[in-house]
Amino acid sequence: MWEQIRSNRRRSAFIVTAMGVLLVAMGMAIPGAFGAGMDGMLMGGGLSLGLWLILWMVTVNQGDDIMLRIAGARQIEKSDHPILFNIVEEMTIAAQLPNMPRVFIVDDPSPNAFAAGRDPTKATVAVTTGLLRILDRDELQGVIAHEIGHIKNQDVKLITTAGVMVGAIVILAELGLRAMWYSGGGMRRSRTSSDRDGGQAVIMIVAILLMVLAPILAQLIYFALSRKREYLADASGAMYTRYPEGLASALEKLSGTTQPLTDESRVTTPMYIVRPLKAGQSIKATSAFSTHPPIADRVRILRSMDGGAGLAAYDAAYQQVRGRRVVGLHALEESQPVALRGAADSAGMRSAVERHREASDAFLTASGYGVRACTECSAKVKVPPSLADRVTQCPRCNGALGPPD
Amino acid sequence: MSTTLLIIIGIAAVAVMYFIGIYNGLVRARNEAKNGWSQIDVQLKRRHDLIPNLVETVKGYAGHEKETLEAVINARNGAVSANGPAEAGAAEGILGAALGKLFALSEAYPDLKANQNFMSLQEELSSTENKIGFARQAYNDAATRYNNKREVFPANLISGGFEEAELFEIEEAAQREVPDVKF
Repeated sequence: MWEQIRSNRRRSAFIVTAMGVLLVAMGMAIPGAFGAGMDGMLMGGGLSLGLWLILWMVTVNQGDDIMLRIAGARQIEKSDHPILFNIVEEMTIAAQLPNMPRVFIVDDPSPNAFAAGRDPTKATVAVTTGLLRILDRDELQGVIAHEIGHIKNQDVKLITTAGVMVGAIVILAELGLRAMWYSGGGMRRSRTSSDRDGGQAVIMIVAILLMVLAPILAQLIYFALSRKREYLADASGAMYTRYPEGLASALEKLSGTTQPLTDESRVTTPMYIVRPLKAGQSIKATSAFSTHPPIADRVRILRSMDGGAGLAAYDAAYQQVRGRRVVGLHALEESQPVALRGAADSAGMRSAVERHREASDAFLTASGYGVRACTECSAKVKVPPSLADRVTQCPRCNGALGPPD
Repeated sequence: MSTTLLIIIGIAAVAVMYFIGIYNGLVRARNEAKNGWSQIDVQLKRRHDLIPNLVETVKGYAGHEKETLEAVINARNGAVSANGPAEAGAAEGILGAALGKLFALSEAYPDLKANQNFMSLQEELSSTENKIGFARQAYNDAATRYNNKREVFPANLISGGFEEAELFEIEEAAQREVPDVKF
């Protein structure tokens, strides 16, 4: 996806620059609003510039870890959830990534997934336990392929950059707004007592405007980034799995959910495969500012792919459903036709109960819980790390517990 | 006289540089194909390593299904001794068909199907098969690129030492051999 990669690079650079300009402007406007002179404003600008540099460096080096921390994700090993791990490995091979992304699980009943990272050599995919519970293997493969598509198309760097930058600006603007709210009296006094009031008033208005607009602006930049990218990641996902139905059926299941995501911060929203729900919201309600395209359209496009699983087939299906093209010409030229394949063997299917248990166990062992088998009955007790010394008896039969697995 | 000589030397130098470029391109393409093959090879080895385990597990529940188990073991031994992509492709096809029969047979043994070890082996084997499938595409693309490069003129003048890369195609024996279903 040559065009997409180039556009992502350009946009990342643009966001970093735009955020810098915005930050410096705010840094100068806020002291200005409080009646500080030129020196104060310069100092504010300088401070903001420093802040921006720090932010930039942190984003480049640790952006994905910050996002994972915000989302409450834990890294897993192969033994924690072999199926998920295998699928990530399969898709790494299919996408020809230089190395396998780290795999994380978020303990959240709302089914969702995201990717983060700096570039294809240092990337991460994370899924919620809710996702592992409701999807079968083919569907999970579709979702992971979509996320690997984000990594391969270098969307993750842009999203991570935007996430950290926008998050910082939202916080700063809120701080400024609040500070102003509480010192409103002081400003009125300074207006009556001096003859600089003309210039002062202008600066003040600009400051207020900036502080009100900054978060909205940041959010707008953010929203403008996301929609086409989701379609392109779907196209990559279909190509890697050679089975568009897997992703289509997964998206359908995700759109059926009413479970709100516990992590409600606006910062992480564009990362997820489907828009995280806030409490009391339905996933079907989308607005012009939505970070994600309507799921019904995404499903319909995937289901209309009949000529194959390659990019050209996705482009044709997209055109059929939405009347426009989506894959760049250069990418189309380079792409090769990919044959569709059938659904995976049903022999390895697991029941919903098994999936549920696997998902929870994976998160618990990744969080340091010890799995200890009872020596008397067949119970397996998962002991949190803080209670490792105190739990020694089986809660069911009071027998002694064996050593942790 | 000396200018003609210089011109001839110049042309010869350019030609040599040109062929060096072609040669290096061929080496790069061959390495890419080799790299693609090693990706598949890792997965094939993994598959072969898993099978003795699987056979042992199945024996515990369905030891009397000797014929199917032996077919799997023989197919595995054949696949282990296969050399090169073309031979491996044929051997893996036979192995895949034998494994398919073994898994179909396991449907009749609920205890075996519920066995934790069997389930995880089944997941590992099917995942390995997927990985082979996904790596195959990349390898065949790289091999085709390399083969085209060594055959076109003027590269074919110097590509004598470059052997043609075999493509890796798994013969899907299971598809031709539709099982009899009797009601």
